[in-house]
Amino acid sequence: MLFYTIKRLGLAILIVCLAMLMLLSAIHLVPGDPAGIALGPRATPEMRAEFRALMGMDQPFFMQYFRFLGNVITGDLGVDVWSRRPVRTMIGEQLPHTIALAMTGLGWAIVLGIPMGCYSAVHRNSVLDKLTGVLSVGCIAIPSFIVGLYALLLFAVELKIFPAIGAGDAGDIRDQLVHLVLPGLAVGLGWVGYLARFVRTSMLEVMGENHIRMARAYGLSNRRITYIYALKLAILPTVALLGVGVGSLISGAVFAEIIFARPGIGKMVVDAVNTRNYPIVMGGVLVTTMLFALSTLISDLIAAWLDPRIRQGL
Amino acid sequence: MNDRDNTVLAVRDLSVDFLTGRGTVRALRHVDLTVPDNRVVGIVGESGCGKSTLINCVLRLLAANAVVADSSSVVFKGRDVLAMSPADLRGIRGKEISMVFQDPMTALNPVISIGTQMTDILYRLDMSMADKRRLATDMLGQVGIPDPARRLADYPHQFSGGMRQRICIAMALMMNPGLLIADEPTTALDVTLEAQIIHLMKDLCARFGCSMLFVSHNLGLIAELCDEVVVMYAGEVVEQGEVHDLFHRAQHPYTRMLLDCDPARIEEKRRDLPTISGSVPDLIDLPRGCIFAPRCPQRYAPCSDTAPATYDVNAVHQARCFKVRDA
Repeated sequence: MLFYTIKRLGLAILIVCLAMLMLLSAIHLVPGDPAGIALGPRATPEMRAEFRALMGMDQPFFMQYFRFLGNVITGDLGVDVWSRRPVRTMIGEQLPHTIALAMTGLGWAIVLGIPMGCYSAVHRNSVLDKLTGVLSVGCIAIPSFIVGLYALLLFAVELKIFPAIGAGDAGDIRDQLVHLVLPGLAVGLGWVGYLARFVRTSMLEVMGENHIRMARAYGLSNRRITYIYALKLAILPTVALLGVGVGSLISGAVFAEIIFARPGIGKMVVDAVNTRNYPIVMGGVLVTTMLFALSTLISDLIAAWLDPRIRQGL
Repeated sequence: MNDRDNTVLAVRDLSVDFLTGRGTVRALRHVDLTVPDNRVVGIVGESGCGKSTLINCVLRLLAANAVVADSSSVVFKGRDVLAMSPADLRGIRGKEISMVFQDPMTALNPVISIGTQMTDILYRLDMSMADKRRLATDMLGQVGIPDPARRLADYPHQFSGGMRQRICIAMALMMNPGLLIADEPTTALDVTLEAQIIHLMKDLCARFGCSMLFVSHNLGLIAELCDEVVVMYAGEVVEQGEVHDLFHRAQHPYTRMLLDCDPARIEEKRRDLPTISGSVPDLIDLPRGCIFAPRCPQRYAPCSDTAPATYDVNAVHQARCFKVRDA
């Protein structure tokens, strides 16, 4: 397991380094001079040169890359072009909100989606199975911003059960949690549907395997067969899917952050793109990439913990 | 065949249909079978003859589209398995009747350790986990797994195919069942292992005092291992009897042809292996008379119109063929 963890960690670092290379190339591939775009048409050549020097763009590409890499390792993500505040501090302020939102969405997906999928597989072709089928496809089909808007209208404006906007008072955990419920649902509802369908399919596949028939032949209880013998295997593809899914939950968070006027990385990056604030864009995207690499790493480790064949490198 | 007092399993008039999109597949028709105490009964027949349907029916492991006829009964030690509640059925499974499956590579759960899978079977026993593990270790030792105590923590993929089948046998005998059903337990293994596994099963069954229902298409194995043989063809029992009598005085043309096709019994040098011409009848649209008549070289007047009943060849040997009646 230790060897597998180290190997997998190395891979995660490599992914982040490659992502940084692509990120930097993307900035260079933007048509025209980034400094010109950032500063507008009326900037003097001196101002542009100063801007380029500030962002290190006067150096050759690979020098920039290694400087970027070096800076990231020391934790330096540059400064905001406009406010001159360190990007690291700004991300540090926003990141917990985005992570909390993505985790709430993930929580909704796991708490609702997995039991729905298990139930559908065990009670295949029952009325409830067909109903969950329709519901899941509905959940997948509705875009998260629509869910967000309607949840906002229904639960916050009409019923007044949950607060409408903001992230809650700093330091008041309960208030912050209450503020997470609706945006979390908006972000996670599509994934509830995905998981319900996905878990159902893999459960049905596993339930048809020989060893399940053998477990039945030995008189094990239905509960033990379903939740230990079958689910432990059937959950493996879902774990892998969720590792990738966290990435889409984070990008889906942008809409929820805008609709519910919540602070967060997504909203910060969108604002920064509009003002061509490259250090923030790069910092935000880099941190998102790292989160993505981290979540796939975690999902791979969970899969290895569940499946001895992966653990032993087979 | 009378239901004697020392009968472990008595299958009577068992008929099973499968409802499919193409029509009703009449997989088993009026099957009678008896497994006496401490005896090994072999079921032989080609693929699709209903062997697996029969044994799966004994533990009620049939697919959801299977329909068992109302007149059928599967009596295990005086209780009809087909009429049991799910709770009673669970009480029988693995404890009174256990099963060794065909393919040891897929029969064990790949993500649960051998030790857990073995001790899980013992859930009915009121003993500590340490005692259960001791029992599991002991069983693994008996089937010839080296260093059994350490290997309890291992997973199926860490064992070879032969080892896995040994583990399955250990699991099957752990609750000391009255009947062991083996569904072609050596088909997926290579020939050198076959003899080892068969001897192991025979030894252990004798030691544990358990009867065995052994399914195979390998006539040599059946002859070596079994006391009684049941020959099945297209969902019917065509001939059954004491092993020596049946192999030496086979009456049903199908049994004879099956014996002639066994490569191990061919003595003269020849270029091609003998086969039974024609193919297995469609189980959706059955022929009117004898099920084997379309392929039978010895068929005569009554065969294509009326289905034969089972006739006694002698006290220990019956065949479903008009030739036996008319002999």
